[in-house]
Amino acid sequence: MTAPTAPPSRELSPEQVQALLRRPPLWRQRELQRSVAIALLSTLVVFGVLGYVISRSTGWRDVQRAFLSPSDFVASFPMVWDGFLLNVRIFLIAEPVILALGLLLAVVRSTRSPVLFPARAAAVVYVDIFRGAPALLVILTLGFGMPALRIEGLPNSAIFWGTMAIILSSSAYQAETFRAGIESVHASQRAAARSLGLSNTQAMRYVVLPQAIRRVIPPTLSGFVGLQKETALVSVIGPLEATRQAQIYAGMTFNFTSYVVAGVLFIAITIPLARLTDYLLQRTAQRREIGGAV
Amino acid sequence: MSTGTNSTPLLLIEGLYKAYDRHLVLKNINLAVREHEVICLIGASGCGKSTLLRCINLLEEINAGAIYLGGEAITSGQVDADRIRQRIGLIFQSFNLFPHMSVLENITLAPVKALGISRREAETEARTLLERFGLEEKAGEYPDRLSGGQQQRVAIIRALALKPRVLLLDEVTSALDPEMVGEVLTIIAELKALGMTMLLATHQMGFAYQIADRVAFLDAGAIVEEGPAKRVLSQPEHPRTRQFLQQVLAASPLSPAATDDRALPVEFAGMAPFAERG
Repeated sequence: MTAPTAPPSRELSPEQVQALLRRPPLWRQRELQRSVAIALLSTLVVFGVLGYVISRSTGWRDVQRAFLSPSDFVASFPMVWDGFLLNVRIFLIAEPVILALGLLLAVVRSTRSPVLFPARAAAVVYVDIFRGAPALLVILTLGFGMPALRIEGLPNSAIFWGTMAIILSSSAYQAETFRAGIESVHASQRAAARSLGLSNTQAMRYVVLPQAIRRVIPPTLSGFVGLQKETALVSVIGPLEATRQAQIYAGMTFNFTSYVVAGVLFIAITIPLARLTDYLLQRTAQRREIGGAV
Repeated sequence: MSTGTNSTPLLLIEGLYKAYDRHLVLKNINLAVREHEVICLIGASGCGKSTLLRCINLLEEINAGAIYLGGEAITSGQVDADRIRQRIGLIFQSFNLFPHMSVLENITLAPVKALGISRREAETEARTLLERFGLEEKAGEYPDRLSGGQQQRVAIIRALALKPRVLLLDEVTSALDPEMVGEVLTIIAELKALGMTMLLATHQMGFAYQIADRVAFLDAGAIVEEGPAKRVLSQPEHPRTRQFLQQVLAASPLSPAATDDRALPVEFAGMAPFAERG
């Protein structure tokens, strides 16, 4: 038995340390290569099997002709595009109203004052009704019901009532998103604001809301994507938006490629939003990791 | 406003009772804080120290009794609570800086929005305060870039920006790493030297010994013993006070080895009375 000796010093030279910091450690590199290989293989297998099954099915030729005809794609594109512009217009008009109305409803629901009880109750009823009712039903009811009332000065346009219906149902959802954000701001923040002599309203406006809104940006963007798709629902009361135009083309030619055109357009516009949402979520997660001491 | 004489207390608490639901947390609290006086509230966690401070800041409604600030009854329900809170600063254990605002914005928010001071004037005053407490370089930083000690110092400056008549400090060093306690205690000592009236809930017995004029020991929601700091802390009369102090000092003996002396201002390092007793 020899007396235990201290292990020899293995201090790295400054150059070696710099090299370490520049590239990931060896095990990380190996792990990366392994993950890429596995991902590649599993992708090939899944899509290979899918492609084989679909292309060997008896109806594949017919489906290809009916849904994936290049000539019909080109022919139907202009009218579907025209319709799609209406979808975008409805979205652009509805979204700001939804955000404003949603925020108002959420703030009203977060108040405590007894004077505001009626407003609070109204907000609860509003959210309960329009979050519970299917958007399609709201569109049908407003689209056919309101013009039928024949009230002087109210517009009869299906686009107008369709947009209104979408605003009603989406703002109820958005209100709940904002409310979740408001509730997520710790009570100590409000206490700190009040202890500095700020009024309830000031505490809400300068301290609680800015933090709440920041936190709900990702789910709100997700709501944008949902709304963009929901605009297709107004087609049931008549407006010639993308899906309706696609339907008309299909009705005239017995070829359904126009639906694929509409699908491509909707997906194309939502992808950037989806990536933006991912990016923001990732950034939030990173901030949490660093640990904002709040 | 009230006079500076020692006869009229700046802050007077009379027969205060506070209950949450049916649970009594403060029982018959009577306490007078004179101008320029520093009083430490000591006692086990959950004894009601924090609740008492929150009641004085009108963050909690009291069930019975009254609180007077400069002779004015502030718990009568007739007063504008926001106006009262502007004159009573409260510093929290968890700092509670606003994370979406820079240090400067944190400090100027209340002077601008609550007092109606112009932004330029508020910023000038905020920078003067930051400079005085050695934080002028942090004016543009956001709270998550500051150490705990720096955050708590900013929180104190934020309260000072309203020029409060009395400062309530709720275990302001309890959430800090040991090496940061000193910088916060230094600020408090500086404030005492400037004549600030303060009411502190604290677990730092050595600090209480050094800084407090008087100490009040709370047990189960009641003030059990109250008197000059050096007398209460070194010769407690009530058995509960004696028991509490023995436990606290046994858990963290206040010998120089237990605290980082370099972080503490020199005058707080000498805690001989406790080292000898412990």
